[in-house]
Amino acid sequence: MPASGSLALPVCALILAPMLLGIVNRTKAVIAGRRGPPLLQPYWDIAKSLRRGAVYGEVTTWLFRLGPVVGLATLAAALLVTPFGGVRAPVSFSGDPIVLVGLLALGRFATVLAALDTGSSFEGMGASREVHFAALAEPALLLALATLARVTGSFALTPVYQAITIGAWADALPTFALVAMTLLVITLVENTRIPVDDPATHLELTMIHEVMVLDHSGPDLGLIQYAAALKVWIVGALLVGLVTPIRSGSVWLDGAAMLVGMVLLAGVIGMIESAMARYRLAQVPQFIVAAATLSAVAFIIRLI
Amino acid sequence: MYALIETIHAAGLLTCFALLSTSRIGACIRWLSFQGILFGMVPLIIPDDGLTTRTLLMAGGSLVLKGIAFPWILLKLRARANYNREVQPFVSFVMSILCGILILSLSVWLTLQMKPALIHAPFVLLNSSIFLIFVGLFLMISRRNALMQVIGYLVLENGIFVFGVITVVGTPLLVELGVLLDAFVGVFVMGIAIYHITREFGSMDVDRLTELRG
Amino acid sequence: MFEFTAAILLLALGGTLAIVLYPRAGPCQLAGQIGAVLGSASGLVAALRVLITGDAVSLSGTWHMPGGSLHLEIDVLSAFFLLPVFGLSIVTGLYGRSYLANRGGFASAASWLHLNMLTAGMALVIAAHDGLLFLLAWEIMALSPFFLVIFDDRKTAVRHAAWTYLAAAHLGTAFLLVLFVLLGSIAGTSDFAAYGAALKNHQALRSSVFLLALIGFGVKAGIVPAHVWLPEAHPVAPSHASALMSGAMIKVGIYGLVRILTLLGTPEPWWGWLLIAVGASSGVLGVLFALAQHDLKRLLAYHSVENIGIILLGIGIGVLGLARGMPLLAVIGFASGFLHVLNHSIFKGLLFLGAGAVHRAAHSLELEELGGLLKRMPWTGTFFLIGAAAIVGLPPLNGFVSEFLLLYAGFLAVLQPAAAVAVAGLIVIVILGLIGGLAAACFAKAFGIVFLGSPRSEEASEAREVARPMRASMAVLALLCIAIGLGAPLAVASLAGVVAGMTGATVGTVSAELAIVTRPLAVAVSVFAFLIAVAALAWALRARRLAAASVRRGPVWGCGYLFPSPKMQYTASSFAQPLTTQFHLLIRNRETLVPPQGYFPADSSYVSDSGDPALRLLFVPTFRWFDRVVTRLNVIQHGHIHVYILYVAATLIALLIWESL
Repeated sequence: MPASGSLALPVCALILAPMLLGIVNRTKAVIAGRRGPPLLQPYWDIAKSLRRGAVYGEVTTWLFRLGPVVGLATLAAALLVTPFGGVRAPVSFSGDPIVLVGLLALGRFATVLAALDTGSSFEGMGASREVHFAALAEPALLLALATLARVTGSFALTPVYQAITIGAWADALPTFALVAMTLLVITLVENTRIPVDDPATHLELTMIHEVMVLDHSGPDLGLIQYAAALKVWIVGALLVGLVTPIRSGSVWLDGAAMLVGMVLLAGVIGMIESAMARYRLAQVPQFIVAAATLSAVAFIIRLI
Repeated sequence: MYALIETIHAAGLLTCFALLSTSRIGACIRWLSFQGILFGMVPLIIPDDGLTTRTLLMAGGSLVLKGIAFPWILLKLRARANYNREVQPFVSFVMSILCGILILSLSVWLTLQMKPALIHAPFVLLNSSIFLIFVGLFLMISRRNALMQVIGYLVLENGIFVFGVITVVGTPLLVELGVLLDAFVGVFVMGIAIYHITREFGSMDVDRLTELRG
Repeated sequence: MFEFTAAILLLALGGTLAIVLYPRAGPCQLAGQIGAVLGSASGLVAALRVLITGDAVSLSGTWHMPGGSLHLEIDVLSAFFLLPVFGLSIVTGLYGRSYLANRGGFASAASWLHLNMLTAGMALVIAAHDGLLFLLAWEIMALSPFFLVIFDDRKTAVRHAAWTYLAAAHLGTAFLLVLFVLLGSIAGTSDFAAYGAALKNHQALRSSVFLLALIGFGVKAGIVPAHVWLPEAHPVAPSHASALMSGAMIKVGIYGLVRILTLLGTPEPWWGWLLIAVGASSGVLGVLFALAQHDLKRLLAYHSVENIGIILLGIGIGVLGLARGMPLLAVIGFASGFLHVLNHSIFKGLLFLGAGAVHRAAHSLELEELGGLLKRMPWTGTFFLIGAAAIVGLPPLNGFVSEFLLLYAGFLAVLQPAAAVAVAGLIVIVILGLIGGLAAACFAKAFGIVFLGSPRSEEASEAREVARPMRASMAVLALLCIAIGLGAPLAVASLAGVVAGMTGATVGTVSAELAIVTRPLAVAVSVFAFLIAVAALAWALRARRLAAASVRRGPVWGCGYLFPSPKMQYTASSFAQPLTTQFHLLIRNRETLVPPQGYFPADSSYVSDSGDPALRLLFVPTFRWFDRVVTRLNVIQHGHIHVYILYVAATLIALLIWESL
């Protein structure tokens, strides 16, 4: 069970993840008629933040400094269990979806506490909304993964994704399609994209994630930006792995197919962000619950 | 021997009817004292093994407590409260006597039913004991005065005592002493209660206690 | 068995000495504490010995009461449930003396007697193998907390809470009385062994026995809707007593249910479904009610309801597995339930002790008056954080391990071809996910509002760290959280004996089945070790980076406001508001809002009342109706003594006549 893939996958993820953010931003800019920032801009932003000094609020404690560190570490650990489509994850064991969800929850908890540590109503607001949506998104994600588990007959992520071939798609088209829609919604929620949250502004009306990290600066901010990129990668890999059923057996072919899929996903996210406005905050829970219902329907279809 | 038992029985019946018909409290107390002495002699007569220390103790205790101590306490209570007559009982005195006759018939019938099971007990004394119990209850139900209630209670205890002596074979002394203690505590508690009732209501009418209801 | 009886005697002795030595505060507190700690330590040794060797010990003696017998037996199941009882009692004993320091009075001295009697009562309940002895010990266990709850008896709210507790406890005991009378009538004696044999011959009664046990023990455990006494009673008792009550006493309810299940043999599938339904509703409703609270201990009490729900989810899946002949599912389900029993007692005990420390330091448990305590009470804050992370089920702590087992069982069920089992598994997964998310919200609120930010009141800004014994007891529990979390494979493997006692299989089979789960757990733990390593590395790199760069302190962003006040921070009610609004149908909290009006508003206020909906909507109307009906019978109670004696005489005569005929 342990160490079924190589560590090259997480290393590639660590290197390539910020590129996804760059693609999203570029797509949005192009659709809006602008030239847009360079594709490698996120790397330079992270490097800039890491180089800077920091300002800490007087109210904050060690928890504020620990938040970004834990957030990054949980995502790095999550990389160990996340497969990349046909490419096996370094670590695989039955029950690793549970560990994945647990790690995401830990990262979120640390971020929320770091936000509350500032004692400002801005961060409090963001934290309050974040926990609200996360409380609904976590069961939705588990529901999607459970449905996938039932279809593929295993509940370790790597074997599940290994089993998603073109034949499996032909067999379970409606189920997989519905779960893919759920995972798309979850990708938008977890990465705080429109229509759930607007990552471009810092106004209290629109922000959830952006405002939670409002007072972080310097290397902490760099860690946070990098962690955001990693999260897009991880949750995106779950979705793209489902949607690209290319399992040729060769690591290079599968990996390349997945990379293409991830780039396309980033583009799709950019298009969604350009085409839609953010939902009113009261509508977001309905959105998430609707997505969860899709997976539930998929499960029921599979029962009979 | 049997004549003595019958005499006690007859005298006991007499005391009960006297209690049912008398309105003067002092007279009732004296009838009660007489009853106590009368039935105090039962332990000396009944048991087969004759005059042992146990029977002497029982008789002596009963005599002292029921014949002397309790009546003396009751007389003091009556003096303190200065209430000499039961004026208006719930059941009038004439009706009480008629009820007494009814109760006697009931007790005879019950004794007839019980006798086959209790072979040691003399019929008349069994009848006396049941009659005493019922008369005691009747006195408690039909009289207003708190002192009459105590007297009714003591008559009830007399009945239980006699019943115990004649039916129970070979019990430890503890049971009979228990009955005596029961009566003693009853009088003690009632004494305190009567004091408080008199102080609170200015009379010994137990029916006034309904005013305390919430 | 010697250590067990020694434990009971030491506990009783300590408590009695505390009362006897009353006027001298120091010795009486010390006597109570030593009795508690030594007695519980002795009991813990007895329990551990049974768990390690796997042999049951028993004690039978002569019994001077009519009916029943003195039959105590500690088998592996009992020994496991004795662990939280005695273990937590040691810790609360350590904590109690410093907590009650300078709070003189007879109540403080007597609280040691009641605390020790509570522990002794719980231990006797768990060890009793005779119906009458069980009920007697149950009464002792139920009555002692009443005196602890009514500790602050000057306040009306406290008295009200104590009466609520007593009423609920005795209503539950009524069901247990019916249960044991039923069992005794079919078995002839009141010994547990006889019950098991008799139930085999009376198949039709098994479901009634199960339902009676579920209701009777469920009231003590705190399942919805019989949970209403928990949030009344636990907050007003002294914090170490609350810790013991929440950590150990409600588990005795679970023990009772589990014991009756072992006597019932192979369960029916609908029992498993019922348990899952009850667990799901208790879990979700418990955490939703907790979200609406702004008293710290009341919030923690509702979380106990939630965790009992999780435990019942595990036991329900286990029962379903047994009923359907799926041994692996049964083993993992029961393992998750039992491990959560132990875990919950550890982290809930820790959280209540932390709340007690906050109360002692800041003199308030109202969330809207606290804040910024992490800076002033660093140790308490850190331990509370560990407890909070554990109860939410975050890796790498112990809460995650039991939730992992439960979700694992859920996923296993989902993979089964049988549709009913798959749906059960899905329900467990989704409900647990929802509970986890809501619990994270609730504890982010609890920890964040109390310990982070700025102090919202003067008392909070003057809080000081508490005494060393209190900190030490919290440290012990926090270390246990971490140890069980990181040592998960070992912890789960050691459950083999208990689970075997439950399912009736051999220990070897169960160990092999548990090994299927411990292998993934071991890998998971190594992932967490990696997590900790990466975190440490990132922290070190960041520190190095900052050493070379400039670091300043400044105010946080307040939208340019010149004089930000702590009152402008997010409050507990506002933090939970999105969720309480969303789930308003279930929580039904009432809000009174006086909005600011005009251009220069003067007064405005917002009050949210979070009285328990089950109490308000179910029990209070029912009891009022009952009161109206029974008041009509008041006619009999007219106050005339003569008539009362007439009633007695009439009954006597009637009975005599009837008997003679």
